[in-house]
Amino acid sequence: MTNPVPAPTANITKADQRQAYLKSLSQSAKTAIPAALALPELRVKADALVNEQTFPSTREEDWRFTDLSPMLAIDFAAVTESASVSADELASVRLEESTGAQVVLVNGRFDAELSQLDALPEGAVVGSLQSLYGKHQAKLDERLAQSSGGHEAFTALNTVGFQDAVVVWLPKNSVVETPIQIIYLTKAGDSPLMAQPRALVIAETGSAATVIEDFWGAEGNSHFTNTVSEFFVDTNAQITHLRVQREGSGTFHIGKTAVTQGRDSHYASTAVSFGARLSRHNWEVYQTGEQTATRLYGLAAIADSQHNDTHSLVALNHPHGTVEQLHKCIVDGKAHCVFSGRVAVAQKAQLTSASQLNRNLLLSDKARVDTKPQLEIVADNVKCAHGATVSQLEADEIFYLQSRGINAAQAQRLLIYAFAMEILDTMAVPSLRSALTEAMARWT
Amino acid sequence: MGTPHIEVFNKAASMINENSDVILSVKNLHATVDGTEILKGLNLEVKAGEIHAIMGLNGSGKSTFSKVLAGHPDYEVTAGEILFKGQDILELEPHERATSGIFLAFQYPLEIPGVSNRDFLRVAYNAHRKAQGEEEMDVFDFDDLIEEKLDVVKMDASFLDRSVNEGFSGGEKKRNEILQMALLEPLLSILDETDSGLDIDALKTVAEGVSQLATPDNAVVLITHYQRLLNYIVPDYVHVMADGRIITTGGKDLAHELENRGYEWILAEHKAEVAVS
Repeated sequence: MTNPVPAPTANITKADQRQAYLKSLSQSAKTAIPAALALPELRVKADALVNEQTFPSTREEDWRFTDLSPMLAIDFAAVTESASVSADELASVRLEESTGAQVVLVNGRFDAELSQLDALPEGAVVGSLQSLYGKHQAKLDERLAQSSGGHEAFTALNTVGFQDAVVVWLPKNSVVETPIQIIYLTKAGDSPLMAQPRALVIAETGSAATVIEDFWGAEGNSHFTNTVSEFFVDTNAQITHLRVQREGSGTFHIGKTAVTQGRDSHYASTAVSFGARLSRHNWEVYQTGEQTATRLYGLAAIADSQHNDTHSLVALNHPHGTVEQLHKCIVDGKAHCVFSGRVAVAQKAQLTSASQLNRNLLLSDKARVDTKPQLEIVADNVKCAHGATVSQLEADEIFYLQSRGINAAQAQRLLIYAFAMEILDTMAVPSLRSALTEAMARWT
Repeated sequence: MGTPHIEVFNKAASMINENSDVILSVKNLHATVDGTEILKGLNLEVKAGEIHAIMGLNGSGKSTFSKVLAGHPDYEVTAGEILFKGQDILELEPHERATSGIFLAFQYPLEIPGVSNRDFLRVAYNAHRKAQGEEEMDVFDFDDLIEEKLDVVKMDASFLDRSVNEGFSGGEKKRNEILQMALLEPLLSILDETDSGLDIDALKTVAEGVSQLATPDNAVVLITHYQRLLNYIVPDYVHVMADGRIITTGGKDLAHELENRGYEWILAEHKAEVAVS
């Protein structure tokens, strides 16, 4: 062949196509904005950010291992009507520990009938942005869409068109004992839908609560969930955040968790991902004060041709901060799991301690893992460690169990459970933990 | 005579009885790993009530023999037979051998992070019960049973709630093996260098535990480098292995002689047989 000149036109067309695609999503999103949440300043700014960007391709470092091109063939349209959901459909998702502290969004729209909010202590506010915005506009404007990283394409897309948001607002020193469960229900439509759920959690100084985000969907048509959750954990506040993604197999799930932590605050989170055809979690924590503690636990268990990607970032900018991260993937079938974890320790972040470990268990020859733990340390007086392992089940471990009378299949099951339980055990809500343990049966 | 006093744990008269049932019968056993022949015609008969010691230098095939008995998949039996209670076990899976009554105490017990010792023991115990057609034991009854067994190896109950062998000292791992033996009550226990690397207190605990578990109805095979363990558990027979077979068999005095004189003389005496292979 004597044609060494690459054909650039193909790529240009593709970039154009990706830009047009992203724009079509934001156009569709704009048509469904409710009047009560016009938010012109926020929306216009976000729209401009979207228009500057293209739909990500694997040529970008952040998306190198996650190919979104199957989405380009699907015309997702913003949700315009409320789907009807029966109380029965939700029964298995409701956690008994959260009775009276449950907010339900269906396809990103608040469902007042299904939400039950009668067990909250006085002062704590949990509800929909649509109903709260008029009364608390000044306070909410201070926080809504103000997290770092808001320019990123999918976050901006959500800001352009979210139709409602869950607000969890804990005033100074309020302690909510009941875990607050946010149920994001996906109801796939007859044609492909785009839902853009959103949450805003404001934990003011000295407050404490557990917030559970549960993304749940049945099998169904192609669906796109583009979700954004902002957490503001102010001075000395303590938030436990449990995030569960168990969407249906037709769903593309792209999620952002943006956490801004004040001085002496604690943010401890466990994110578990079982569902979706393709899922991506951008998990960003910004420490903005001294002696801030961040703990991130993650478990992805996927099979068949599922794809799961976790991109985490913890930015330390002040002295005495700590980060502890353990992320695990169990990958079966032809599934593909990606982990990229950045911990950035700036010059000012002296006397910090950071540990990050990614462990992967491959259960089939066709399963694939890409892992990229990254520590970026500018400060010089810090204690940091990171690492990644990829392994299959150890034949010697299985033999040891067999030699005690346990058959090979049961031995394998025990070892996979053990691998997962290290993460699931961090979830201090028993009924959720046992539901997820049961769901592990698929991989064992 | 300056000999230190040593407490022998199996003081009672030997349990050897000519009329006892044969538990294990190994005939002309040949086995390979990765195509290399390690066992080259091993013969051994073990009857109920007997304690056997198998000694020999590194590389003589002692550990291979224990793994072949337990059914490790890396080892291939190329000739000979293993009869357990009169039945050929070569086609049995490792877990089937275990539930039929064969127990191997590992030289290097594995660590299994994330599986609590208590759960591991209960699952193993219930696998045995199921194989015998009995109902599984519930968590509460099992807790009572296992607390009782802890006394055999003087283990603290806190060990039950730690991950299997994770972060255990060498002695703790070996005691945990004997705890499993106490729980599963095997007909044939093979202890693969259970004494290696133990300090004297741990060795005594392990030896005392094993002695308590030896009865006229079961049998124990101790695989060891050192005579020291045999001061505490006196064997009925001492076998010497070299080059993949048992070259000679004696009584407990043979172990003392090996300790004092080393192996060279006995290998020289049996040179002809060793060379044939």
